[in-house]
Amino acid sequence: MSDVPPDPITIDVGSLVQKTVTSLYSHLVTRPTGRAVRMAIETQLSGAGGCSLSLVDLSEVTILDFSCADEVVAKLLQRYLNESIHEAFFVFCGVRELHRDQIQVVLERQQLIAVGETEPGSFELLGAPESAEAASWRTLEEHGLITDEELMEVFPDEQARSVLDRLVERRVAFRSPVSGRYHALSRLVQHLL
Amino acid sequence: MNVVQVPGSLDHQTVDELLDAVASMREQRSLFDARHVRWVDPNGMVALLAAGTVARDRQGTLPRLELPESDDVLGYRSRMGFFREAQGIFEFEGHAPRRGSGPSDVLLEITPIVGNTDVHKVIDRVQASAGAVLASKLDYPATSIVPFSVILSEVCQNIVEHADASGWVAAQAYNWARRLGRFVVVISVMDLGRGFRGSLTDEHSARYGDRWGDTTALEAAFLHGLTRFPDSGRGQGIQQIRRQVQRWNGAITIRSGTARIGQVPDWDDSPPLVDTLKPFPGSQIDIILPARVDE
Repeated sequence: MSDVPPDPITIDVGSLVQKTVTSLYSHLVTRPTGRAVRMAIETQLSGAGGCSLSLVDLSEVTILDFSCADEVVAKLLQRYLNESIHEAFFVFCGVRELHRDQIQVVLERQQLIAVGETEPGSFELLGAPESAEAASWRTLEEHGLITDEELMEVFPDEQARSVLDRLVERRVAFRSPVSGRYHALSRLVQHLL
Repeated sequence: MNVVQVPGSLDHQTVDELLDAVASMREQRSLFDARHVRWVDPNGMVALLAAGTVARDRQGTLPRLELPESDDVLGYRSRMGFFREAQGIFEFEGHAPRRGSGPSDVLLEITPIVGNTDVHKVIDRVQASAGAVLASKLDYPATSIVPFSVILSEVCQNIVEHADASGWVAAQAYNWARRLGRFVVVISVMDLGRGFRGSLTDEHSARYGDRWGDTTALEAAFLHGLTRFPDSGRGQGIQQIRRQVQRWNGAITIRSGTARIGQVPDWDDSPPLVDTLKPFPGSQIDIILPARVDE
């Protein structure tokens, strides 16, 4: 068994939109379009086994409205948070200023958090994380990988360690069931960016 | 015959007068006398289509429309696609002018909204011109095309998702030299569906008891983001439109049934709530975005 999830799946939302609606542009607008794109992503993940990591690429999307952000970001995350058979992790890349407000709003409304690449190579925790969650996530992000041996050194405080486990539960960090190592999701998709 | 005098200046300030006149009409055929119209904006044009449709459906025959005497108004209506949309709604007195084939200055001509593909068409259409208009007329940043498109998308989806009927959208930029001393973009979205009260009654009327009506339904949706859908991800559209309009110091008002509610900035003297209108079907949304002023 591998220490990390299987190879990340890259999902190009722009191309999914163009397959879903007849449009000259990759505009992710209207709830049925968002729902269709989310279902296409779910179909792609259905054969991914018990654990998956997906890189959801928004870089070809120009217009993203709130209805689509709700479907393609919030509902997608929510769907797998409540799923015990398939443990799915997501990283949203190509999140530009054009999308940011819409994604923030839908995540905050549903009290979700998500990892987003907001500048090339630069990742943020989007949504409304608690300050302790944001701090622990940043620490993990800086390290990329924290082994069992390093854990006490990096997170000497027990409360901070429990926050780290909460980040795993909220699917914005990955903990290997084999080695117990904590992985920043950004590092696991780095080779695809 | 019912005779409806169309206001000489047919815009967001006078559309309620027109809609009220139609709401209280008797069941005889109607004549819309628009001969003296000197000025019309997207609200006026779309309201005229809505008013004509209500008259047609109520009276079982096409109302007559006497066209404006002003060539400018006629030409502008033609460029906005009014006559194309008015086919099957009005019988014209006089000849409707043909549309010119040259380049148009129209931001978004009158576009029917029936389904979600129409919303996609609207968003595709404005990409070509809206960015330049927002930058040159309103001094908005180049990226403002995105929130502008999001507003259009959400406001048009309101028809598809909630009205259970079709509607129209239109937008245009104007120089409000006398009224405001700067350019504005006016967006009008209207439908003849079940309105806010009709959409929300099943889910929310009980908790309001006797107070339930057009005003409380509008307040529930406009101020509190209530929607008929139990899903907590719903009901964001109008809230986010309001937020963006406020960022641009714009105005938004929604009429539904006998009430009109609004978020009005300092420069607009419209009342935030009017609840004495005549019952008119559907929802009528008016958004005005003014040019940016340096602090």
